[in-house]
Amino acid sequence: MDGILNAPIRPERHPQDRPTNLSRRSVLGASLGALVLGVALPRSAPRAQGAAAPSVRPGTRVPAFLEIRPDGSVLLRSPFVEGGQGVTTAFAQIVGEELDVDPTAFTVECAPPGADYLMVNGMRFTGGSFSVRSSYAAMRGLGATARRMLLQAAAARLDVPLDSLATEPGRVIHAASGRSLAYGALAADAAAMPAPEGVPLRAESAFRWIGKPVARLDVRAKSTGKALYAIDLTAEGMLQAAVQHAPRLGMEPGAVANEAEVRAMPGVHSIHRLPGAMAVVADRWWRARRAVETLQVDWTEAAPDARNAMPGDFSSAGLRATLTAAPGPGIAAESQGDSATALRNAVRVIEATYDAPHLAHGQLEPPSAIARWNADGTLDLWLPNQAPEMFQRAAATVAGIEPEKVRIHSPMLGGFFGRHFLYESANPFPQAILLAKAVGRPVKLIWSREEEFLRDALRPMGLARFRAGLDPQGLPIALHAEAVGEGPVGRWFGRQPDRADPSAVEGIAGKPYAIPHRHVAHVPQPNPVMIGFWRSVGHSMNDFFYETFFDEMADAGGQDPFALRLRLLAESPRHRTLLEAVGHLSGGWRRGPFEAADGTRRARGVAMASPFGSEVATIAEVSIRDGEVMVHDVWVAIDPGSIVNPAIIEAQVQSAVALGLSSALLEEVVYEGGTPQARNFDGYRILPPDRMPRVHVRIIESGAPMGGIGEPGLPGVPPAVVNAVATLTGQRIRSLPLSKTRFGSV
Amino acid sequence: MDLLINGVTRQVDSEADTPLLWVLRDDLGLTGTKYGCGVAQCGACTVLVDGQATRSCVTPIDAVAGQSITTIEAIEADAVGRKVIAAWVANQVPQCGYCQSGQVMAATALLTQTPQPSEEDIAGAMTNLCRCGTYNAISAAVRQAAQG
Repeated sequence: MDGILNAPIRPERHPQDRPTNLSRRSVLGASLGALVLGVALPRSAPRAQGAAAPSVRPGTRVPAFLEIRPDGSVLLRSPFVEGGQGVTTAFAQIVGEELDVDPTAFTVECAPPGADYLMVNGMRFTGGSFSVRSSYAAMRGLGATARRMLLQAAAARLDVPLDSLATEPGRVIHAASGRSLAYGALAADAAAMPAPEGVPLRAESAFRWIGKPVARLDVRAKSTGKALYAIDLTAEGMLQAAVQHAPRLGMEPGAVANEAEVRAMPGVHSIHRLPGAMAVVADRWWRARRAVETLQVDWTEAAPDARNAMPGDFSSAGLRATLTAAPGPGIAAESQGDSATALRNAVRVIEATYDAPHLAHGQLEPPSAIARWNADGTLDLWLPNQAPEMFQRAAATVAGIEPEKVRIHSPMLGGFFGRHFLYESANPFPQAILLAKAVGRPVKLIWSREEEFLRDALRPMGLARFRAGLDPQGLPIALHAEAVGEGPVGRWFGRQPDRADPSAVEGIAGKPYAIPHRHVAHVPQPNPVMIGFWRSVGHSMNDFFYETFFDEMADAGGQDPFALRLRLLAESPRHRTLLEAVGHLSGGWRRGPFEAADGTRRARGVAMASPFGSEVATIAEVSIRDGEVMVHDVWVAIDPGSIVNPAIIEAQVQSAVALGLSSALLEEVVYEGGTPQARNFDGYRILPPDRMPRVHVRIIESGAPMGGIGEPGLPGVPPAVVNAVATLTGQRIRSLPLSKTRFGSV
Repeated sequence: MDLLINGVTRQVDSEADTPLLWVLRDDLGLTGTKYGCGVAQCGACTVLVDGQATRSCVTPIDAVAGQSITTIEAIEADAVGRKVIAAWVANQVPQCGYCQSGQVMAATALLTQTPQPSEEDIAGAMTNLCRCGTYNAISAAVRQAAQG
């Protein structure tokens, strides 16, 4: 995922999905009735199909982002969607700081498609832990510009010089006369003001909200059931739909044995054949679901030219064997020195192969989509998504209309973790569009949890081979690594044949340790599974591979793994400081095994990761109970350079630790006969409350460029845990999840 | 069929074996109760039935006719529920928030039956899944609500 910004971006590979012009009309239409700063916004001229960068500079036009209402409340159209990561609050803090409005006065919603919002390298997606770091400077500038427009309006209204005015939250103040004007009373005038350029920003030393643990804006609504997700929405006059997917991609519905019987079931409106699925439309979702699951469908095998067809003999065990056998050397992703010669000359060489399984997202909100065709030929879509413009283009192709005729509504997400990118065959909206067209009414389609497990786009299985050479002092002098498999960046953004997929090697490449001779390669191996982005992407497994092999190197050379890391980071003060910080946080590095106060034998493991522009050091403490790994404490030191909200960072680290631990302990999508064996949480176990460790977080602001927050806490967890397990049990686990291994007493 | 929901008798015409969850959401528009798994694994659909935390996704409506059903929409009408919500807000528990209706209902049931729960009581009652991993905040909030 880190590689998206560096990779030669080929727009997502859906054939229909070309960069196109986006109309302003649909962007602003909904807000024109309000008293807004935006009424004077010029509409950009239509642009030709395939045009390059948008003519507007994203993140600069105040009216596209802000509405100040008469009551002084502020609507902020955020380029990014909220899914628990706290981005709405962070943006209220950033814009509010410069605009001089208390963050609690903000309502933040995800902006519709539009060139103003293409904040991530000319694209828009909520992912890659990019949201705040990509937009921090622009959002400050936007808030400052809006504040200046309000000051200009007040100067005109009061007939005083602008420099005689100041602001306090939500008001312009004229101290000399004691007069003041509320922002809400100035918004209409301000909208007529020319947007000033180069407005100075507030001094960081004067920050009131940025850098502070501001309470999240949505917590009360989410605690009282009032928060609305896509699955909760309704469109007037809508019907509801459920689907039964083909067991394998590429198969199509053939004969249906009991269509008449199902048509007569309560509430059933109609039965539909869709690409790769059967659907029932009914008055209620439960009735639709029961009906569609009653259908006895004869699924026909995939045609020879079917896209993404899943072979009937595919198994995850088989893919693991294929990855294991896939020969190197692969495509170099990182090379320094001469690792081949250094390995030949090493006094000792160690080798190991690691692997990690496919993973499901398991976000608790099942996917849904509401499609409504309008009398004017436009289409409204409400759907969970991380990339409105990409979904707009894809939906337009499905609908057979121009993209500007598709309005995308992006409600808050009931978890995402990468689930709601545009993945061919993994999103319900194409089905909803077709069904709404067929029945001539709005349709809400929900995928049951079982259909979701069948069609989720998975974290790909990965495998890595390592060879390390040690010098006479037991220090690693050479490291050769091959990451085998296919990464999601390559799958969805295109991979040049001679280039490594960054999402396949991140976390093996880009490590900070001073090993003089090293070579990291990607051995591409196509994966028949629909793969996708999963929280921390390649790092989610590659840092496990690397950091556990690091401990193998340390053990082979008779080195303490913490001390060896410190030694190999001698020239990297940022990493050294971080590692020392996590050591202190944990009460001083203590590898063990040792006896805890409760009499259990325990040990600790350490790992580092450099994901998404941030740096992380992690220590975990484990014991064994009834043959299973118990994780008691996880200490995380994270250096994101600079921060916006420390409370959100701590919450995100807690969350990332939970998901990382879940993957280390429990999770594995097993394919047999071309189908995933688990279709719900009874078969696909995710971390339950009683397996959650205490989590201790230390944030370090090194002043380095701002890094990401949502994902970086994850990658260090599996290796820290597995390294601790190795110390405690003497067993080096090289294949996740740990639940595959039954541990003896220690 | 008549159902007593949040103190109001509601007439519903769904089949008797329809899960309570879908009657709440689709017939009555009470969308605070969430569909997560449909098989009583995740607890996002938790409601109170005569004060007992109940997974409404596997509870047919004919099994709860005549019983008192409480959903998240009415939780602040309950003294314990108000304390739980206050603790949830104070501890900034939710992240994505999707599971939190069910978590709040489970916590309210626990604290109603066991006002001073032990750690074991909390672990035994708070079994709903949270994919965002808010578990530590949840247990902190439950402990705070018990004190408050």
